[in-house]
Amino acid sequence: MPRLTINGKEVEVPAGTNLIEAARRVGVEVPHYCYHPGLSIAGQCRLCMVDIEKTPRPTIACNTQAVDGMVVWTETDRVKETRRSVMEFHLINHPLDCPVCDQAGECWLQIYYMKHGLYDPRMTDEKVHKPKAVPLGPHVILDAERCILCSRCVRFCDEITKTGELGIFHRGDHSEIGLFPGRELANPYSANVVDICPVGALTDRDFRFQVRVWYLDATKSICPGCARGCNIEVHTNRRRPHHAEGRRVARLKPRYNADVNRWWICDAGRYGYGAVDDKTRLRAPSRREGEAVADATWEEAIAAVAGTLGRLRPDELGVIASPRMANEDLFALRRVLERRGIRRVGCRVPPREPGDEDDILIRADKNPNARGAALLGLDGDAAAVLAAARARQVKCLWVFDHDLLASGWPEASVEQALRAVETLIFTGPNANATSERAHWVLPSAAWVEREGTYTNFEGRVQRFRQALEPLGQALPAWDLLGRVLVALGAPAAPPRAERWFGELAAAVPAFAGLSYRSIGDAGQAAATGPA
Amino acid sequence: MRVLQRFYLVEVLSGVALTAAHFFRNMGAHGRRALGQKSARGAVTIQYPEERRPYSPRLRSLHRLVRREDGSPRCVACMMCETVCPAHCIYIVATEHPNPEIEKVPARFDIDIGKCVFCGYCVEACPEDAIRMDTGILEFASYSRRGMIYTQEMLLSLEPAGPDGRPQSPIPIPADRQP
Repeated sequence: MPRLTINGKEVEVPAGTNLIEAARRVGVEVPHYCYHPGLSIAGQCRLCMVDIEKTPRPTIACNTQAVDGMVVWTETDRVKETRRSVMEFHLINHPLDCPVCDQAGECWLQIYYMKHGLYDPRMTDEKVHKPKAVPLGPHVILDAERCILCSRCVRFCDEITKTGELGIFHRGDHSEIGLFPGRELANPYSANVVDICPVGALTDRDFRFQVRVWYLDATKSICPGCARGCNIEVHTNRRRPHHAEGRRVARLKPRYNADVNRWWICDAGRYGYGAVDDKTRLRAPSRREGEAVADATWEEAIAAVAGTLGRLRPDELGVIASPRMANEDLFALRRVLERRGIRRVGCRVPPREPGDEDDILIRADKNPNARGAALLGLDGDAAAVLAAARARQVKCLWVFDHDLLASGWPEASVEQALRAVETLIFTGPNANATSERAHWVLPSAAWVEREGTYTNFEGRVQRFRQALEPLGQALPAWDLLGRVLVALGAPAAPPRAERWFGELAAAVPAFAGLSYRSIGDAGQAAATGPA
Repeated sequence: MRVLQRFYLVEVLSGVALTAAHFFRNMGAHGRRALGQKSARGAVTIQYPEERRPYSPRLRSLHRLVRREDGSPRCVACMMCETVCPAHCIYIVATEHPNPEIEKVPARFDIDIGKCVFCGYCVEACPEDAIRMDTGILEFASYSRRGMIYTQEMLLSLEPAGPDGRPQSPIPIPADRQP
């Protein structure tokens, strides 16, 4: 392992580490544009110049590997002068239209220019004009004038998705990023080029002009789009509700996790947050009698549901839990089932269309917590529960999240089962065809409105945090189930998701020893044993 | 207090005397001026709103949105004014401009004058010189809070004040104030 000195600080790094990463270890930031730890090295931007002793000229840090005894200086006058000149060169044809640029506020051109730039531009000639506002695909829009030709997007499409839609065309200061003829940037990971673009050349069509980035708050979360459980940040706009038509979740961004998704997320996950601020959100508990639907209070709803659960025999009760529920919810549900001795529990409902899958991130199972449901023993066959309902053995059916009428089961047989039960209870954040047939609807909070954990397909328990207040009167499912538990005669229910997780860890061997603190931001593997 | 001041009647009478002295001095001055003596000047009442005193050119009055030559707003909906506004009284919603060189244009640009503190930061922050506070209009009374909201169309229709500071455009009347 080479030992080297960076700005007077000694550090030992694995062989093959480049100087940007080595400097990062001692807390020194070397400005760079084209270098990205997930991509090959291009040496394109020339900004990461550092001084190495016994080397005559400043050298690019990204393509220089740390060597034993190397002495590196990143803040000498010569380095600063080089940076300033390189920045000036990058900005020769840059339109400096920060006020209308969506990247403003999170743009590395702005950040480095504020730190290292030459404040009085010396460019007097007309700038080279290039295509502006060119849609490259369904999610990405290009402004070629803002581009500094770092080639990160080109390398992403070549190396990560291996689809190769993008290239750099023309020569000299007429060079520009573009699509190969007949191609479209429509791969399932296309919007990652927006994240890695250090400037405002590639921006998000979905987010375009919606909210300025400085109005956003970021919360660490987990993508609920599939069993992978990619680490994400939820960006919410709570300060300016008139932007983006009042939608509170403005966008999702990937969050680095070396063991799960690295720097990337898929487009399906990235744009899959629409249901949070959707018109179909259930805001208050409600009861249906015949065709008449009326809002109810939580006290009435909990009392009615607990009354039904308490009145009927355990074998007359059926529950279809959901692999979209968090571990805490599933454990609270398990407590309710244990209290009433309910055995008819299912979880797996076949989707109408089989999910797509690839060998990068996307998993065919579109549920974030199927593994958690399995570890908690709640992944019984939902078809059996429904069959029992059809046979009029089940008098009360409690469905979580699923729209059974949009599942892979034949609609008529589901309809028959739903009509056969005396009391149908639905719990979920959004209305659907099943909730419309429910006698009681108990609205639960969406995943961004609460704390919780999901267990991904590898058995990794990962924590998502609360970014927003629940809409209307919606409650986190663990809270709602805790209230039912108390109404059924339990002494008390944990008042926070963290406490529910504590009980879960104490009760379920696979989760033994885990806590919110030990899970942290990066997640922790559950003891899944031999799978 | 002196003993004399404690007798309120004395103070009241001296006040009446002061007022009367001003009244008769002014009446005399106005009388002499009416008779042709130009140097005589009495106290002046300005008959607002028919008459106005000249305003300072630096006065911050009702905002206006500057137009391009084709009449469209110069504003590019960058939200700098909205961001800097300490009263949070500006509401902008951006949309695509047909010309990609301009890129952005406000679909909505409302100022809630009821909240505005007339600090002028919006004018300072604007990178396009698209918002100014030079209309000379200072009359914003309304019967409702809704009536204090000035929309993009109203703000675009305003002209700068004349050289004497007088408003050049009629005072915009929000819908709920219209007769």
